[in-house]
Amino acid sequence: MIQTVLVANRGEIARRIFRACRELGLRTIAVYSEADRGAPHVRDADEAVAIGGAPARESYLNAERILAAARQARADAIHPGYGFLSESWRFADTVRQAGFVFVGPTPDAIRKMGDKIEARRLMTAAGVPVLPGSFEPVADVAGAEAAARTVGFPIMLKAAAGGGGIGMARVAKAGDLAGAFATAARRAQAAFGTGELYVERYLERPRHVEVQVFGDGSGTVVHLHERECSIQRRHQKLVEESPAPSLPPSVKSGLTAAAVAGARAIGYTNAGTMEFLVDEAGGFYFLEMNARLQVEHPVTEEVTGLDLVVAQLRVAGGEPLPWRQDEIRQHRAAIECRVYAEDPSKGFLPSPGTVTKLDLPSGEGIRIESGVEMGSTVSVHYDPLLLKLVTHGATREQALTRMAGALDRCVIEGPKTTIPFLRRIIASDEFGSGRVHTQLLEQGAFNG
Amino acid sequence: MAEEIKAHITGVVFQITTKPGDRVAAGDAVIVLESMKMEIPVEAPRAGAVKEIRVQEGQTVQEGDVVAVLE
Repeated sequence: MIQTVLVANRGEIARRIFRACRELGLRTIAVYSEADRGAPHVRDADEAVAIGGAPARESYLNAERILAAARQARADAIHPGYGFLSESWRFADTVRQAGFVFVGPTPDAIRKMGDKIEARRLMTAAGVPVLPGSFEPVADVAGAEAAARTVGFPIMLKAAAGGGGIGMARVAKAGDLAGAFATAARRAQAAFGTGELYVERYLERPRHVEVQVFGDGSGTVVHLHERECSIQRRHQKLVEESPAPSLPPSVKSGLTAAAVAGARAIGYTNAGTMEFLVDEAGGFYFLEMNARLQVEHPVTEEVTGLDLVVAQLRVAGGEPLPWRQDEIRQHRAAIECRVYAEDPSKGFLPSPGTVTKLDLPSGEGIRIESGVEMGSTVSVHYDPLLLKLVTHGATREQALTRMAGALDRCVIEGPKTTIPFLRRIIASDEFGSGRVHTQLLEQGAFNG
Repeated sequence: MAEEIKAHITGVVFQITTKPGDRVAAGDAVIVLESMKMEIPVEAPRAGAVKEIRVQEGQTVQEGDVVAVLE
């Protein structure tokens, strides 16, 4: 039975998790770096513990400091949020070995899905389609070229320990391989501590559709339907929605069945997301699994009316899944826009600074998850996500209309933000018609 | 003529990719900044030789700060 939860994270996701804890009457512990002394997430918790310097490796990535804070504050569970240590199987293992409940999947499941090549092998064995490509790391440029010749150019070079689009490069022809290989390997080495790469076929104009899954300790795995997340910059999402517009029912049922089968095959517990690419003919391919709570989980919550974080805490505490598959329905439509401290007019360059004005919309069908408030300093040390704007409606049209209005009323001064760009996306014919794919943004569809 | 190279964003110096005396072409990265989990090169505005590097790895720089000087 969990009584006190430490959230090893910051910003909007720490605040979101604290809210779920309060819902269950649990005591909450925040941790914070020197840069976050005055941050809203620190005040939201019952108790807060300083864990070190502003650079993440001295604080939010420092497992020892976090465990020391958990002992000091007498926490019995640790929720990692997303990013930082959330997908480190070593951290999950250390937390459990130290006698705390880790609110998330088992270290074994995190490890299997964290190795993207191992994940491709496991999913293939479970009957989940994957993209043509290598099932072993490619040792060098010659190895990559051999793998590329079997799948055909263009290809994607990806980091075996990858995620978040880091160490990922599209390679159009054999002549570009050597340069791309060196850059991708260096980036992967810097970010993940291993430069191992693999090759996958590159799809033209695919959609990114993912399925929310949830497992409990007794082997039950359910899905909470799909999210469409094709609007991306630098392979990172900007807008998400559910249901996925104009997704043929046969593709939808294939995706959800594959997601559940894949999660079951690795004995997955707690919340996770199976990501897929869907091609123009409706073929779908497993991309990766995010073994954690996803940034865009509120979209699914608004559509189904279910609280994913409350369920995470219950299941981590040993309770069975609170819902049966046939009780999980898409009652509404929902859209999420990510407001980042980035300048869209300068290729989405980071724009740190102090928030000097903050006017956020409210009203029917509007939900905001914000990590900042008036006067907050947006630091160079962390992810640029300021807040998430989520709207729902009885129909997609209603959710869209509400999003357009909410974005119009959203005023943030200080850092440059993605708001003007999000307004253009929501107003565009491409987004309105639901005919989206992952390359739309790079092709300049929303440059207006 | 010497020319100052300024940081176009606020960030932390992630990597110094050149040293005094190095020849660079226009668009070459002189240093690389890290800001909000992104690596952002600060590029030479023209071809020339690096005269001076004014920052160290790990140092925080503000937008507009001089990070290096071209010969």
